[in-house]
Amino acid sequence: MGIEVIFKGRNLIRLMEGLLVAMKISLLSVVISIVLGIILGMLMTLKKPGITFISRIYLEIVRIMPQMVLLFIVYFGFAKMTGINLSAEASAVIVFSFWGTAEMADLVRGCMASIPKIQYESSTALGFTRLQTYVHVIIPQIIRRLIPLSINLITRMIKTTSLVMMIGIVEVLKVGQQIIEANRKSAPNAAFGVFAVIFLLYFLACWPISHFSKYLEKKWEN
Amino acid sequence: MDEILKIEHLNKKFDDLTVLEDISLEVKKGEVVVVVGPSGCGKSTFLRCINGLETIQDGKILLDGETVNPPLGNIKNYREKIGMVFQSYDLFPHKTIIENLMLAPLKVQKRNKVEVRKEAEELLEKVGLSSKKDNYPRQLSGGQKQRVAIVRALIMHPEVLLFDEVTAALDPEMVREVLDVIMELARQNRTMLIVTHEMAFAKAVADRVIFMDGGVIVEDTDPKSFFENPATERAKKFLSTFEYNE
Amino acid sequence: MDVEVIKSYLPNFIKAFFLTIKIGWIGIALAFIIGIVCAFILYFKVPVFSGFVKGYVELFRNTPLLVQLFFIYYGLPAIGVKIPAELCGILGLGLLGGSYMAESFRSGLEAVPVIQTESALSLGMTRRQLFIYVILPQAFSISVPAIVANIIFLLKETSVFSAISLMDLMFTAKDYIGLYYNTFESLFLLVIFYIVMLLPVSFAGSIIERKCSF
Repeated sequence: MGIEVIFKGRNLIRLMEGLLVAMKISLLSVVISIVLGIILGMLMTLKKPGITFISRIYLEIVRIMPQMVLLFIVYFGFAKMTGINLSAEASAVIVFSFWGTAEMADLVRGCMASIPKIQYESSTALGFTRLQTYVHVIIPQIIRRLIPLSINLITRMIKTTSLVMMIGIVEVLKVGQQIIEANRKSAPNAAFGVFAVIFLLYFLACWPISHFSKYLEKKWEN
Repeated sequence: MDEILKIEHLNKKFDDLTVLEDISLEVKKGEVVVVVGPSGCGKSTFLRCINGLETIQDGKILLDGETVNPPLGNIKNYREKIGMVFQSYDLFPHKTIIENLMLAPLKVQKRNKVEVRKEAEELLEKVGLSSKKDNYPRQLSGGQKQRVAIVRALIMHPEVLLFDEVTAALDPEMVREVLDVIMELARQNRTMLIVTHEMAFAKAVADRVIFMDGGVIVEDTDPKSFFENPATERAKKFLSTFEYNE
Repeated sequence: MDVEVIKSYLPNFIKAFFLTIKIGWIGIALAFIIGIVCAFILYFKVPVFSGFVKGYVELFRNTPLLVQLFFIYYGLPAIGVKIPAELCGILGLGLLGGSYMAESFRSGLEAVPVIQTESALSLGMTRRQLFIYVILPQAFSISVPAIVANIIFLLKETSVFSAISLMDLMFTAKDYIGLYYNTFESLFLLVIFYIVMLLPVSFAGSIIERKCSF
């Protein structure tokens, strides 16, 4: 069935290295997204008309534009416009952070809005300052809701990174194609085995993380 | 008067925890039985057993001399005859008030649509909610919703009505309008089993008071003697929690 | 940006647009059917089947569509199962979307409060009547926001179809960028067509969400 190709030479290691490239891009993007997302999310809760308007448009763009399209815009469009050739990896990180920041900001805004007003009021009644209210009462509650959602964002990011092969980054799918190509004669049906293994690799990368996120969500669900 | 509902040596357990122990009770046609007791005494579970929402471990529940529970196999035929109103939030949120009333008569009893609609409108008129018939439950106050829930049980022409703390979740100013409807039903000689925490109402509406504590019937007597001269210490203690003396 | 270039590209973009929409919506319809069937199996805990459904949902929710498509389009023919590209796209989108829809429908079904079941039963309804008249309509309303989100997500996912050489919007754009280096015009058309495809859905979605909440 073509699975034996995987165990030939360094093939499996090469596939893993490909997956690592995808993981690196997604991890970097997640970190950027979380930081920027929290800042934007908090800005959005201020309900200043200007910020609300701009963030609405930003969120709607992310909501309806496929990441693939954004990737093309940054990778091809930016280079043409400025003459600077962004590397494919940098383009990918920019696009995924652009997307992830919006997702994260919306989550943060949602979490902040879901904290009942009475929590602020009772803290004030107890004599907490505004800062103390945030530090001791509000933020701990938000973090508990946010952590599982952020972890979930990691798996979505990993899945999305599969797109980067379309702008020429050598990640796991591309390595897979190379292996199939190299063994076309000796193992003509390698495609089945290789893509099945990649399928499985992605699953093994994402499944534990999404379960961990679900577990935390349940555990912290008051 | 002949008895309509009969409970014989009912035992109910949740796993190892006994909730109801050896409950026996006969309810006559037209009788209003009020069940009172501290929270967690098993009175709500008792009502739910009668309607087959809970399985029972021992004993029998009979309606018109026929066994209702157990087995639960043909319980649905009896449920039409046993109306139940819950604490709250049990109207179907996706249906208007009139649709809420008509759904079961049409689907369960396969009655004529025109006739059902007419009856639904008449009943709504009686509880003063005609103007709300095309509204959705979310547009009604808690008290209005509970009046509709009562009407929804009535339109099935039940032989027995069960009320499970129907005012417990309501704001105090809405309690009265719901209790008035139940009081009116008592005047019409409906057979009713009422679980409530409203002692003044219990005293006014009851033909008979059952006092439950710890899963057993402690007292079964008329309202006057229960409220003015309870026989047991437990009942005295329970009633004293409703008094407020400085 | 050159208007003449845009004009000359337009016919091919329109063709690609309709192909994308066709595969997208047929795939979504398939996802809907798969999702409902799977959600029922999970909700009623149908023995054996629910185990398979759980496995399927986990597998497809935790892998990217691109990898699924590669497996179906390039992997399966190696063991003799050849599926034409368009069908692959529909199948891939349907299977991916099915796993998301199944989750949304299932959690909708489970979110209907127990008191609804009890009051319907106490009115004498059978299990079937309870399910059809009380549980299902409410579950559907509860799931609407998730379904809308899924539809938008799936329509966006159509952007990877070019990987299995379907001449969709991405493919067309990439082609023009590669061949003639008319990057701005191609990207402009690409964005416009995705807006045309998704903005109405996004709008309609918010309206339906508001209408369906009670």
